[in-house]
Amino acid sequence: MTRGLHLASVALLGLLAWQAVVTFADLPRFILPGPALVFSTLWTSRMLIAEHAIVTATEVLIGLGLGATLGFASAIVLVASPLARTLLRPMLVFSQAIPVFALAPILTLWLGYGLWSKVAMALLIIYFPVTSAFFDALMRTPLAWVELARVMNATPARVLWCVRVPAAMPGFASGLRLAAVYAPIGAIIGEWVGASRGLGYLMLLANGRAKIDLMFAALIVLAVLTLVLHAAVDAVCRRLWGA
Amino acid sequence: MSRAPALRLTGRATIGETTIFGPLSLEVPAGRWTCLLGPSGVGKSTLLRLFAGLGDEVSFDGNVAASDGAPLAGRVALMAQSDLLMPWLDVTANVTLGARLRGTAQPRERALDILTRVGLADHGTKRPDALSGGQRQRVALARTLMEDRPVILLDEPFSALDAQTRARMQDLSAELLAGRTILHVTHDAAEAARLGETVLLMTRDGITAIASPPASVPRLYDAPQTLAFQGHLLRRLMEAV
Repeated sequence: MTRGLHLASVALLGLLAWQAVVTFADLPRFILPGPALVFSTLWTSRMLIAEHAIVTATEVLIGLGLGATLGFASAIVLVASPLARTLLRPMLVFSQAIPVFALAPILTLWLGYGLWSKVAMALLIIYFPVTSAFFDALMRTPLAWVELARVMNATPARVLWCVRVPAAMPGFASGLRLAAVYAPIGAIIGEWVGASRGLGYLMLLANGRAKIDLMFAALIVLAVLTLVLHAAVDAVCRRLWGA
Repeated sequence: MSRAPALRLTGRATIGETTIFGPLSLEVPAGRWTCLLGPSGVGKSTLLRLFAGLGDEVSFDGNVAASDGAPLAGRVALMAQSDLLMPWLDVTANVTLGARLRGTAQPRERALDILTRVGLADHGTKRPDALSGGQRQRVALARTLMEDRPVILLDEPFSALDAQTRARMQDLSAELLAGRTILHVTHDAAEAARLGETVLLMTRDGITAIASPPASVPRLYDAPQTLAFQGHLLRRLMEAV
């Protein structure tokens, strides 16, 4: 309750400061529109924004699901096979040296202007944090647990599945929390490079037509979308793994 | 449970140039409670780990064997200072961990029976973090009993408990583990005086057997004989260092 009140007062203060800057600096609305105008545009264009928001949300959710699954599986392969570790880990790190942003035009070329090039962007941007967080946690299983399992005649595969994976789920959860914040970035970059739908596309379009109020409205919706996604992932992680 | 064998170990253990213990020779009699008493850092735990088939961290030059000639692997259960309960499993699942790890059917009825014997029948669905330290160590004891192995290795399993809980755990363990070959590593003279049918003192110079009182274990903590034995063990420990 106090936390909610705290957040609300901070938001109100921010909005007041924003309006004050616009009013006292006498900024034209195509440079920086005031919050009142942005929120009125948000309301009048709600159907348009919602239509594009649904597209972006779909891209983000599919990308998050695929990226989390792929990251989970990769970390397990890396832990289970020393050969995979030797071969793939340097490649994984090297792949991070290529900015994902630079890949967006190529992905659009390969996968087209539709949904899948954005899903691929979201996936690529979250794959490394998820894999890395889960892999590190898997490598840190308390030795005493593994030894207890060995004395109980467990095979390495059972130790991995029954002890190391459940023990590493809090690590996977921190990877997922990062992913929830990064995935929308990936989708938006994808939409900027080439799209006919989505919040990123709408923002570029509004910008090009000097409808800065619409651009800000779309931006606010995007931020709220990301916050809600992060809160949802956080709640699921807490519920499932208590971390 | 198959017949409990005696255990033998001869040899020395090193890490690089540093000697952990030995050369020494240890005999753990069959079906009895043996306390291996000694100060920290003389290699008691390493010795116990070698019987468990662990101890990859040392290079061991010697021989570990059971008196019946059969391999020890699969006949040993381990109880450590930390209870090693898995926080994501409930008490029953923790007790049946061995079956889960071997991929065999989980004997839930037997688990309930054993939980009743350690006095935790009503706690089967609780998570470890909802239990007290003493209750957690009782779950660890139940998990050890569930394995039903003839050889039990105890690595200071009661040292983190308060005095009252420790005395109760000692009684319960002595009752439930009777008849098995037990090697109990401890640095607590009082504990060795209560539980050791055989007490071995381990120091830098090697291992010496110390004659224990005739009373059956667990010996009464306030019996004059037990207290005198405890004092004697402490004196031997002090003189050894």
